[in-house]
Amino acid sequence: MERLSAWIAYLQALPLTLIFLVFFALPIALVVVVSFFDYQTYQILIPDFVLFNYEDVFSSSVTYQTYLITFRFCLMVWAITLVLGFTIAYFLAFHIRTITMQIVLFLLCTIPFWTSIVIRMIAWIPLLGRNGLVNKALLALGITDMPVEWLLYSEFAVVIGYVHLYTLFMIVPIFNSMMRIDGSLLEAATDAGANGWQTVWNVIVPLCKPGIAIGSIFVVAMVMGDFVTVNVLGGGQVASVGKAIAAELSYLQFPPAAANSMVLLGVVILLIMALMRFADVRKEL
Amino acid sequence: MGARTRSFYVLATIFGAFVFFLYGPMFAVILLAFQGPDGGLTFPMNGVSLHWFADIFRPQSIGDIWGSFDRSIKLGMMVMLATVVISFLSGLAYRKRFRGSTVLFYVVIASLIMPSIVVSLGIGSMFELLGIERSWWSSAFGAHLTWTLPFGLLIMFAVFNRFDPAYEEAARDLGASGWQTIRHVVLPIVAPSLIGVALFGFTLSYDEIARTSQSVGALNTLPMELHAMQTNVTTPVIYALGAYTTALSLVVIGVSLSAVLLFRWRQRRHGSDADKGMV
Repeated sequence: MERLSAWIAYLQALPLTLIFLVFFALPIALVVVVSFFDYQTYQILIPDFVLFNYEDVFSSSVTYQTYLITFRFCLMVWAITLVLGFTIAYFLAFHIRTITMQIVLFLLCTIPFWTSIVIRMIAWIPLLGRNGLVNKALLALGITDMPVEWLLYSEFAVVIGYVHLYTLFMIVPIFNSMMRIDGSLLEAATDAGANGWQTVWNVIVPLCKPGIAIGSIFVVAMVMGDFVTVNVLGGGQVASVGKAIAAELSYLQFPPAAANSMVLLGVVILLIMALMRFADVRKEL
Repeated sequence: MGARTRSFYVLATIFGAFVFFLYGPMFAVILLAFQGPDGGLTFPMNGVSLHWFADIFRPQSIGDIWGSFDRSIKLGMMVMLATVVISFLSGLAYRKRFRGSTVLFYVVIASLIMPSIVVSLGIGSMFELLGIERSWWSSAFGAHLTWTLPFGLLIMFAVFNRFDPAYEEAARDLGASGWQTIRHVVLPIVAPSLIGVALFGFTLSYDEIARTSQSVGALNTLPMELHAMQTNVTTPVIYALGAYTTALSLVVIGVSLSAVLLFRWRQRRHGSDADKGMV
């Protein structure tokens, strides 16, 4: 009976194992291999062992600039989504008193996610564009006498887009952490004479660390790899690592894209390891 | 609990502003989709009509929208089904100990964090090297599963953490076989969560671009088609399309949520479906 049940467990885990072997582990290993391949215009992959794909990545000043811009995006988006996400999670967890109301407000935040990312990004065009609503309002109020050009197809627009897409990924894990906080701890803090800020800073924030770390990992990983938001809201003006890789792929330059991907992967792993030091994520699972 | 404090109103205002920020652009797009035939991509509205909605159905006006829409729906359904079945089985597997479970778990989580474009490139290269044609139902299907299954598995962990094994023991004591226990005891209890997994799987797949980009092959999915369109379509037809697909998604979520509610209601009214049929 024991042996049978062990067999059943393996059988049950088999489909998952196979999918991740064939469509994840093997492909990632292949990216490593392909990053050493040669390539030509009409042939995507030429098996070989060359190092120049990596030499190109590391010797190009464009690489460093692109990473700098991407890091800047990451840092800005992380800071904004963290503060905003924490505030909203705090509101939902501690100020909304019924579960039904919490669910309703959560649903309100998730409904926009039921439409395509591309459409959600395009939706900023009539607002931020040269003749968009924001510019019209600014002109009408006399704040500027010329349309502001940097609202759309700019780093500003890209950050807006990211905040729009990813704040929810910060709200959910932080909210989840907050719901596990024992209410008596908060009472104790109040009884000990802590004011609202002190309770938030000394009790709630430390207890939310795992949630904050998980949200941060999501946001950092997604911003680092993104190319869609940058494409749509950055126009042709804004670069990012993901976009650089996507551009190489659109010219069917697989090996340099693979080398670039490996570097990106290394950077993302380092960032995530740094975040993991900050909190024990496994506590949340 | 006492009266609302001032911080409540401050926070409520921030929340309201956030919701406005989420919905504002969508409302602009939906409103502009009703532009008159001479209307452009921005305000003010140039007349009001259904012109651009009709334009979606004129075959030449835009790319292969209907083909890609059809593929996205089918792919979403396939991914949804596979995600539910595989997540459920894996959830069951993880309730017991099996060798390699930790490694497998970390691989699955790694997939969640891996930049999607790297996964996409890997799958694309694999098919290229093996000389197999890439397509939405093979390579892109696999690519989507690497994105939906981690979420599915995490949800199943949460579900089985709260699952009381006493129900299964009771079933076994009453002489139920392993399969009967799963069919008549476990499945009905976790069914609402499985609908959640299904919804997750469908939407994640339906909206996926980065993992699709290198794995889809010659025929696009809807998000890929929209992404390609947004650079060269300069009429409000793209807004009409946005409004249309949003409405469709809302119908889908409405139907699924009603299904969950109906299920709960039926369960409360009739107890479980344990006596309905023998499989």
